[in-house]
Amino acid sequence: MFASMTYPGAFGDFDRLRRELDDLFGLAGLPTGIRSAAPGAFPALNIGNTPTSVEVYAFAPGIDPAQVDVTIDRGVMTISGERPSALPGDDAKAGVYAQERFAGRFRRAVSLPDDIDPSKVEATYRDGVLRVSVARRESALPKRITVQ
Amino acid sequence: MNDTMVAERQENLQDAGRNAGQAPARQPRDREQPTMTPRVDVLEDGTGITLLADLPGVARDALEIHVEGDALTIEGQVSAATPQAMEATYAEVRVPRYRRMFTLSRELDGNRIEAQLKDGVLRLRIPKQDHAQPRRVQVKVA
Repeated sequence: MFASMTYPGAFGDFDRLRRELDDLFGLAGLPTGIRSAAPGAFPALNIGNTPTSVEVYAFAPGIDPAQVDVTIDRGVMTISGERPSALPGDDAKAGVYAQERFAGRFRRAVSLPDDIDPSKVEATYRDGVLRVSVARRESALPKRITVQ
Repeated sequence: MNDTMVAERQENLQDAGRNAGQAPARQPRDREQPTMTPRVDVLEDGTGITLLADLPGVARDALEIHVEGDALTIEGQVSAATPQAMEATYAEVRVPRYRRMFTLSRELDGNRIEAQLKDGVLRLRIPKQDHAQPRRVQVKVA
């Protein structure tokens, strides 16, 4: 699974260089999220909070939204699926120069805050970005209390 | 080192070789704005080159493709479709702009490039000039 989340070839070399630099500067020992993936993992994630929801954006261009699994289990959201390769098979007539785009199975996990409502989830896919919006529980929303 | 720099340098070298002594007519660009380099696949077959670029979050009207001489530039703005009151807690995509440059070689026809953008993937088809397409040479037996 690890191999499918990073890029082979030259990127592997850069990844090794990054690890060595991390060791050199003493960053390797710093804590990271238990489910955090190596830099450059597919899809890239942005996460944000609004007063009423938690928004997760997965930058996953060129996938079939019907083939993506989004699950929430015990506060952990998992986004997984497969991205087909655009490269020709063993076609001798086509030459491949650059091969930087991700292909294959992917899986990323995000742990959500405690106050979310797993039954109110909306997912949309637009321009290659999957947006998952998870509502917060009604009881967790901020309330104004009127003074009698 | 980024790809933009490499592409530009190659282009400058080619410019220098082609019209030595002439100042290349190039417009200064603003380099203030940081950009991300999109990942690409480049494939070649007998009739041309296909370039695939990952541009997630770029809508059709936010994509710009320029061909200037032999320089191909792909630029796209990530649309900010985030809710107003959103406070980012974690971000792997921090720069809302993609940019990448390529130098086209002479046998490619920059005027007949076709572009398709679907689900954040740009597919460019750059055909070869007609005279550069492979041809089977008939050998006549005298």
